[in-house]
Amino acid sequence: MLSWTSESTAISAAFLASLVEVVEAFTIILAVGTIRGWRTAVAGTLCGVVALIAIVAVLGPALGQIPIQWLQVVVGILLLLFGLRWLRKAILRYAGIIALHDETATFTAETAQLKKAAWQQPSRLDWVAGVTAFKAVLLEGLEVVFIVIAVGAGHGMVGPAAAGAAAAAIFVLAIGCAVHRPLARVPENMLKFGVGVLLSSFGVFWTGEGLGISWPGNDAALIGFILAFLVLSLLSIRAARRAIPEAAV
Amino acid sequence: MNLLRASLREIVGLFLDDEFLAAAALIVVAAAALLIKLHVIAPLAAGGVLFAGCLGVLLTSVWRTASVGRR
Repeated sequence: MLSWTSESTAISAAFLASLVEVVEAFTIILAVGTIRGWRTAVAGTLCGVVALIAIVAVLGPALGQIPIQWLQVVVGILLLLFGLRWLRKAILRYAGIIALHDETATFTAETAQLKKAAWQQPSRLDWVAGVTAFKAVLLEGLEVVFIVIAVGAGHGMVGPAAAGAAAAAIFVLAIGCAVHRPLARVPENMLKFGVGVLLSSFGVFWTGEGLGISWPGNDAALIGFILAFLVLSLLSIRAARRAIPEAAV
Repeated sequence: MNLLRASLREIVGLFLDDEFLAAAALIVVAAAALLIKLHVIAPLAAGGVLFAGCLGVLLTSVWRTASVGRR
């Protein structure tokens, strides 16, 4: 039976990580809808969703064929790479070393690009706009699929992880439909920081289990990993902030 | 074809950003696996190497970028 710790961590990690990706897709769909109307935006989005479902239907059953120990190692390594990457980026953004991601800027850039396409190829605009929405859903959706697999596959928790991702999509759509603006106030860096801590901890845990390590306290070891990554990351934000003036001299 | 290339780039980009971070994390995992496989130390001690190594890789990667300065 799955422990509450693993299940709730899988759901929240998938929800928070997917939230970031869905917000990015929503910004582009919103740009398409604003410039070319909602029929094109919805058509491109639906085609993207259908393509995603087809990919999952074809590749999903293959996961069941991989021995669980190999799956844990592969998924653990992917989680480590993914989690450490997000955590590093969030630390550097908090420290002011790299710029924060700006959804309003993305929306402006996408809108400008579509306007340019409208001026250059007016007859093909519906097609260009539809493909833009399709690509946004497919690419960001693939990331969500990877997140669900990475978070859920190692311990048979694809279901809870998928539920977390679906909840994120519904949440963003509901808020997006209500406000009709890019969701620029989503604290993306905080989400990436939190998810980075969770996924890095999961990565260490599952890679270790796949290599045959029995962690003390079993699933409870995850809490120790999460605390260690959290404290060290917070300390490294302070250290990185102090490092800037030295580097600038 | 462009879409396929963009999809692949997006997926690879999920895991690879800072080359040092990715390579060092893989080296830490490989080292822990070797320590267990060759019975050099107990599996739990190798787990300590894995955990401490990942924390070390993260800190080093942040420090390397921070020391270059603001971008």
